Order: sequence, then C-alpha cells, then structure tokens
Amino acid sequence: MRFDLTLIQPWINPSSRVLDLGCGDGTLLKTLKQEKQVFGVGLEIDADNISKALRNGVNVIEHDLNTGLSNFQDRSFDMVVMTLALQTLRYPHLVIDEMLRVGRECIVTFPNFGHWRNRWHLSSKGRMPVSKFLPYNWYDTPNIHFCTVRDFEKLCEEKQIKICNRLVVSGDHPLNPIARTMPNLFGVTAIYHISR
Amino acid sequence: MNQTPHTNKDNVGIVSPQTLHFSQPLQLACGQVLAAHDIVFETYGELNADKSNAILICHALSGHHHAAGYHSSEDKKPGWWDSCIGPGKPIDTSAFFILSINNIGGCNGSTGPTSINPETGKIWGPDFPPLRCRDWVESQKLMMEHFGISQWAAIIGGSLGGMQAMRWALEYPDSLRHCVVIASAMKLSAQNIAFNEIARTAITRDPDFHGGRYLEHNTLPRQGLGLARMIGHVTYLSEDGMMEKFGRELKAGNFVRGRHDGVEFQVESYLHYQGENFSSGFDANTYLLMTKALDYFDLAREYQDDPIAAFSNAKCQFMVMSFTSDWRFAPSRSREIVDALVAAGKEVSYAEIEASHGHDAFLIPIPRYMDVFQGYMQRVSDELKNLSQPSAIPGDRHAL
Repeated sequence: MRFDLTLIQPWINPSSRVLDLGCGDGTLLKTLKQEKQVFGVGLEIDADNISKALRNGVNVIEHDLNTGLSNFQDRSFDMVVMTLALQTLRYPHLVIDEMLRVGRECIVTFPNFGHWRNRWHLSSKGRMPVSKFLPYNWYDTPNIHFCTVRDFEKLCEEKQIKICNRLVVSGDHPLNPIARTMPNLFGVTAIYHISR
Repeated sequence: MNQTPHTNKDNVGIVSPQTLHFSQPLQLACGQVLAAHDIVFETYGELNADKSNAILICHALSGHHHAAGYHSSEDKKPGWWDSCIGPGKPIDTSAFFILSINNIGGCNGSTGPTSINPETGKIWGPDFPPLRCRDWVESQKLMMEHFGISQWAAIIGGSLGGMQAMRWALEYPDSLRHCVVIASAMKLSAQNIAFNEIARTAITRDPDFHGGRYLEHNTLPRQGLGLARMIGHVTYLSEDGMMEKFGRELKAGNFVRGRHDGVEFQVESYLHYQGENFSSGFDANTYLLMTKALDYFDLAREYQDDPIAAFSNAKCQFMVMSFTSDWRFAPSRSREIVDALVAAGKEVSYAEIEASHGHDAFLIPIPRYMDVFQGYMQRVSDELKNLSQPSAIPGDRHAL
C-alpha cells in the first residue's frame, strides 16, 4: 500500500464513516473496512479505478470533484480523506472548505512542491521538474495546482483551519530527525489531519 | 450445420415459459382485489441448496418474462436482456438462479386486460384494475414464497423495473441483499409524464379504440398504438444516437432535379416498422396501464416526500447506473437516488456510463456498462460463499 495511505490509518476511528475523495481502486477503504469495520464511500472519476473498486467490494460513486460536494450533506461523514488529489483540482481551496463542511475531520495528502529536488531542478535547469514522483510534462499534467508545505499551512491559517496532525515523509519512509526540522525542504509527501 | 446463436456458450440456450396460478386474492393499491391471477415466468440457472442465489428481474414498460435465451431453434431474436443474462455475462447463470416474470397487467400471458374477468366471464379490457408499482412487488412476493426463497441475492431492474426494485427495498427490506437500479428515477418529471400522455392520447383517439373495448369489437387500435410506440421510441434514443444509426440516409427515392420520387428517410421507415411491429403484438390497455403506473410512481410519497426518510428503511446494498445520453431517465435522476442513499447512510455505488444510445442503452452490451455490471455482480456472487447466516444483511449496522 502507498506509504501515505498506511500513515493516515491511525487517525481514522473504528466503525466511523469515511468519505474518500479520489479513492482510486479502493485500496484504502477496503483495508479500513476489513481492519476497522469502517463504513466507507469513495468518489472516483476514472472508469478503470471505478471497476477495480467495485471488484474490491468498496462503495464507489462516479463523481468529478471539480463539481464540488454539494450532493453531500453537512457533517454526514466522520472523516473526509483526499490523498494526492489536491493538486489536480480546479479550485483546491473550495474543495477543502467543502470537505470540512461534509466531514467532522479531514485528511489531506499532497506532493510537496517545495522539496529540494524540485527547487534544484527549477533553479539549475530553469525548467519545471519532471521526476519519478511527478512524471508529467508541464503542458500535459493532471497536476495543475502544486503547492508547498508552507503554502498549505498559510491557507489553513487564512481559513482558520485547525491542523490536528502533520506528517511529512520522503516518499516511502519517514524523515530523519534533522530533515524533520525542515519539512518544506525535505518532505516529498505532506500529510495533514485538519478540522474546523 | 452452422453453429446457430441458440447453441453458443454465452447464452442460456432454448428456454420455455411456465405459468403459475395463484388462487389467493391479491389486494391492490387502488382498493380492488384480484381474486386470482396467473403469472408467466422463465428461470435461468440453478437454485442452490440454501436458495440464496436467486435473482429477480423486474421488467420495464413493454418488457415481459422472456429476458434471455431463445424459445426455439427458429427463433431469430433472443430475450430482451440476453446481453446481460447468461453464462459469463453480468447476471451469470453459472452463479445465480434468475427469475424473470411477466407482471400482472401485462399482455404476454400473465393476468391482464386481455384476460377473462371471472366475475363477468368477459375480457377485462379497460375495466382491469389500475396498477401501481407496489402491486407488482406484492405479486412478485407471492412468486418468491412459491419458490421458498427467503431472501433474494439481488433484485435488478432498468427503468420502470428499477422502480420496482427500489420499492422492494423499502417494502420488504429483509427480503433482498442487493438492489440494482439502472436508468431509473425516484419519480417521473412533468416532461416524462407529458410524453406518456401524448402516447396515451394517440391510443385513446384511435377510432378503433372503442373506449378500450376493441377486442369486443374484433379490432385493434393499431394506428394509435403504433403512433404511441413511435413517440416512445424517439424518446428512448438520443439525437446523436439516431444520427449515428440513421443519419439522413434514404430508404427510398432521391432528390435528383427534374424528378420527384417519393422520398423516405431510413429513420421514417424504421419508426414505422417499430410502430407496426409493436401494435400487432402489444395490448393497448396494457400500454395505458403500464405508462400510468410509471407516472404514478413516487418513491417518497408515503415518506413526506423525503427520499432520505424513504431509503432509511432499506437494508440492502445498492448499485445505481445511468447513461449520459439518456434524457428520459437522465443521469441527474439517478444521482438523486444515490445522494439520498448516501444521506440515509446506505451502501451505494454509482456509475454514469458514456453512451450515445439514450434510454435504450440499458439493453445494449456497452463494454464499460458490462464491466461495471459484472464487477458489481461479482461482489454479489462472492458474498454467497460467506453466507453462513441467512439473516446477515450487510449495511444494516451502518444505518444512521
């Protein structure tokens, strides 16, 4: 399982109601259902992922996150999760507002554009970074709204969103204690547990 | 000898309809009682030992019991949902026992307007009691009891059939584990009722209609019924789909200057064929009755018009599907079902299938439709293996 999906599980309570935005093939919800008896619903737009999620026994609803979450009632879920999808949205800040309306708490994970490798790529080559984690060319990428750890925290501050927990990891392993003091420089993936 | 479609491995082969007579009275929603009635049905696949693998197919407006396979080796066309029912198909006959019935009020053998009213000894005709979706659910429940099935693995229906499946989920929540609702709605829109009324008016204004007593006059309102079907047919397709299928192709004539041959577009010819074909095989009173049942259906009427309150009674899991070009049962209608189910805390999945075939798409083996349908039905059949306690209904514990 992807590292960020493993890390967020302790923040999700057993038997809670979880809405997973961009649930992919349903791996997270399937695991949460088996191990924590969570009632999960996933939203997904990709046809192949929807089929896989159905076969994984997960509730999956075909839904374009760019149309918002107005179909969902206030506080109808305990936790709303969105992993590695923030940067693909037309209006990420509005979706975060909506997540906090629909769920009591939220988990957001995103690729940290402030990582030193991106900075180095941009400053030395003068071109948009293309890497293993960000494999797209600038003109043909689903990632239209990159942000950094600092950008995200600034947004939370402006919107008076409470950051309950933060984990910044280096792809598939935690940061060492020194790197942890500079998450915006060394974090590849940022993981936030937020609420109002 | 060439291999005929009747012997292909992907269909159920030759099937025979059967008839059951129910002598107990059936209380109808309109207040009348049907003293006794017949149901014509077909079954596909084998009922397992604990009778846990049964699936009920609910048919739509002009549907009937013959959903899959062929009636004889000379039969040109298979049952109306052969695309989805058969070995290796979404509703897999190697995993499930499938019951497909002709609803009461129909004209394919089950008791309906063309049957004899035992009280008068005459054909019911227009005097056949008006029916609502819940009446079909009640009669289907009698079939369920006849087969000794305590819980359906799934109830599946498209369009008007989806309405019956949803009504089941509310009326008998313990009697089904899965409800598959395809190209349906919680209630018809005014535009939808309007189309049905135009079709009904075409029938009732036919001089051969005779107030519905055409059989007593040894005639049929063919013109009206044919016209009704033509109108219906256009609304079941989409503009793009019709353009793909017919374009502006001519069936006869041409536009050569200096001449005037009678021009007939392919689409005209097709519609006339559909209308004539339908009007010789379908009963006009049944058409009136079925379209009215469709208009009357309102899932949440008894729940203060609150679909969330309505679905709160359900205990099964739901799969909802819609088709992008379906404008009579648009994706937004399906999405209303899904949103109400989510708000009611029920287990639900939803797919909106890209298709140019309009409402008819639910009958067509569109690859993504088949994949999604199969994926969901796989879940239904996987569950059969873990069914040690028949009363265990997934979804119940999650009710808000």
